[in-house]
Amino acid sequence: MEKAIKRYFPIFVLPTMLAFTIGFIAPFLLGVYLSFCKFTTVTDARFIGLANYLKIFEENDFTHSLIFTVLFTIVTVLLINVLAFAVAMLLTKGFKGTNVFRTVFFMPNLIGGIILGYVWQLLLNGILAMFDRTLTYSATYGFWGLVILTLWQQVGYMMVIYIAGIQNIPGELIEAAKIDGATSPQILKNVIIPMVMPSITICTFLTLTNGFKLFDQNLALTNGAPSKASEMLALNIYNTFYGRTGYEGVGQSKAVIFFIIVTVIAMVQNKLTTSKEVQQ
Amino acid sequence: MRNVKRWLALSMVAAMAAGTLAGCGGSSSAAESAAPASSAAAESSAPAESEAEAPAEASAEGGKVYYLNFKPEQADQWVALAEKYTEETGVQVDVQTAASGTYESTLKAEMAKSDAPTMFQVNGPVGLASWKDYCYDMSGSKVYADLASDDYALIEDGKVQGIPYVIETYGIIYNKAILNDYFSKDYATIKSIDELNNFAALKTVAEEIQANKDDLGVEGAFTSSGMDSSSDWRFKTHLANLPIYYEYKDKGIGATDAIEGTYLDNYKQIWDLYINNATCEPSMISSKTGEDAASEFALGEAVFYQNGTWAYNDIKDNEVADEDLGMLPIYIGATGEENQGLCTGSENYWCVNSKADPADIQATLDFMAWVVESDAGREALANEMGFVTPFTTFDEYLPANPLVQANAEYTKAGKTAVSWNFTTMPSENWKNVLGSALLEYAQGTGDWDAVKTAFVDGWATEYAAANAQ
Repeated sequence: MEKAIKRYFPIFVLPTMLAFTIGFIAPFLLGVYLSFCKFTTVTDARFIGLANYLKIFEENDFTHSLIFTVLFTIVTVLLINVLAFAVAMLLTKGFKGTNVFRTVFFMPNLIGGIILGYVWQLLLNGILAMFDRTLTYSATYGFWGLVILTLWQQVGYMMVIYIAGIQNIPGELIEAAKIDGATSPQILKNVIIPMVMPSITICTFLTLTNGFKLFDQNLALTNGAPSKASEMLALNIYNTFYGRTGYEGVGQSKAVIFFIIVTVIAMVQNKLTTSKEVQQ
Repeated sequence: MRNVKRWLALSMVAAMAAGTLAGCGGSSSAAESAAPASSAAAESSAPAESEAEAPAEASAEGGKVYYLNFKPEQADQWVALAEKYTEETGVQVDVQTAASGTYESTLKAEMAKSDAPTMFQVNGPVGLASWKDYCYDMSGSKVYADLASDDYALIEDGKVQGIPYVIETYGIIYNKAILNDYFSKDYATIKSIDELNNFAALKTVAEEIQANKDDLGVEGAFTSSGMDSSSDWRFKTHLANLPIYYEYKDKGIGATDAIEGTYLDNYKQIWDLYINNATCEPSMISSKTGEDAASEFALGEAVFYQNGTWAYNDIKDNEVADEDLGMLPIYIGATGEENQGLCTGSENYWCVNSKADPADIQATLDFMAWVVESDAGREALANEMGFVTPFTTFDEYLPANPLVQANAEYTKAGKTAVSWNFTTMPSENWKNVLGSALLEYAQGTGDWDAVKTAFVDGWATEYAAANAQ
């Protein structure tokens, strides 16, 4: 039986492989190729070498977006994980109504980013209007607006992952620690956190990449205003590609650079946190 | 084990080859424009599907029309008109409308598809530059024959590449009832609409209305100058036309690779007037939309509203009666502006996709001819959409739009219409940067020098970028 599976597995893999190739590998390779081309529609392109890559840094909007995105990612990764972990700790204590709270916290994640963006735009503009300001008055408002929105959306999701991690800790470990006289902070630091390290790996990975790739929320909330100051990387790429005639190739090469940055950061992060994981 | 690896390698190579071939199929079919791009691309990826499609296409006499419409205001009317045409002739006509401010990106995405639009729009010479490879020469077409004058069409190297289907006019739309109310007050320095024919008078009126807004029952003289993308084109494009117009006029040119900005101070004057005498604080305009301004005007909360004839659909049937709608020229304080008329021109040119199937091209040309020649088409264009067209076939079809009539009055009075020079603005990006600078200046987070830089330096760099090969 096992031998048969081994022999025929390419046949079983083939459909997925085909789909993966058509849906991912081929567009990706085409995209890399297009980043060296000048084109209006993707179907007729002319090879021009590295010119697109040189053009990226002629203006400082890409660098600005990069800095803005990095700051945003740092803030959200920290806040989301701390908050999600805290909520998860609370909701594993066995209070009454725990399930209701878990559902409520998780629900924002089920709403699409564009809708969330517009809803929060209305909410935040409503509050800021009292001070004669709007969300797009300056990038600072946009930045914190985005942070609030992202927290609201992602804390619930990460909370679920942390809850699963915390519930997987064997009760006897904590019991043993208690018998040995460990205080609550000590249990948290020396038992719970090392035991949920796999969850932390996943959650930091997700929040990190989500932070970098954030697009619809950004589009709906501020659309980069004012003067592209609240424009994050993904939106900057989109606007370069679609917003400027003759810059399609530049947008494409920005996308390639973006891909490399996200890949490198995600791999480094994965390596760092995985090394801290412990076996039971 | 080795066997398995070989299998895996083989299948991966096969999968990859299939993927690349599919990719090649798409690009080569577009390169040879004679081949119908749609069927070639479809065949390489899904032969079964294209076979199924073929008979359906044949029954529609080999041609169909896909129109990507630029004007969201008339989206529904176009769909209805297309249905009528299909009913009459059996030819399939699809109409899609891009959301406000997304036409270029939608067009770019749609053009890359196998079922690309057969009929699309460009906004003038600059828009044409990026799509000229896709423009079919319409010199032999009926629509072109119906055009009242060659001056209207976009003609390059003897090829008729774009045909405008609407002539539009913009200025400062005003509410006659409130304005007359103001004229009758003691505090009014200006006593009649005839005196309101230069910037100084406009400024006086606006400031006096603003100061007595409670007495007049309005929220402000001007509607909010929203800088949301649904509204910012009114200022970064249409208002910016005036300083460009006067500079061109002084120099006797129709386009330039470097603008000097000689009328920028006038641009600042009028912008200051707009933002300081409006229904909202200047710090709030970044999130004000086009709908906000339209509703403020339609509900009688503001007297002045800079927009054009196309706005009639949005403001009619509300608080403001049709006979109370008037339009003033935009006065910026240039010499001799007493004789200035409204801004009249077109930025809506029909183009036919030259890379579409020949049968589809023919179907598209037939559809266009039907729109400007048949009763149903003329009725829809003139009366339902409220367009003034440049075609000779429309003599008996003048729209009931009061804003259009306002323009006719100015022309009759011998005023010189301001031409639409914003079609020569070097790029979308130039407008966007200018818009951002205007906004920052209005909010107080930036200064006027940034607007100057965007206007003058931006023009030169964008012009160079857009025309570099």
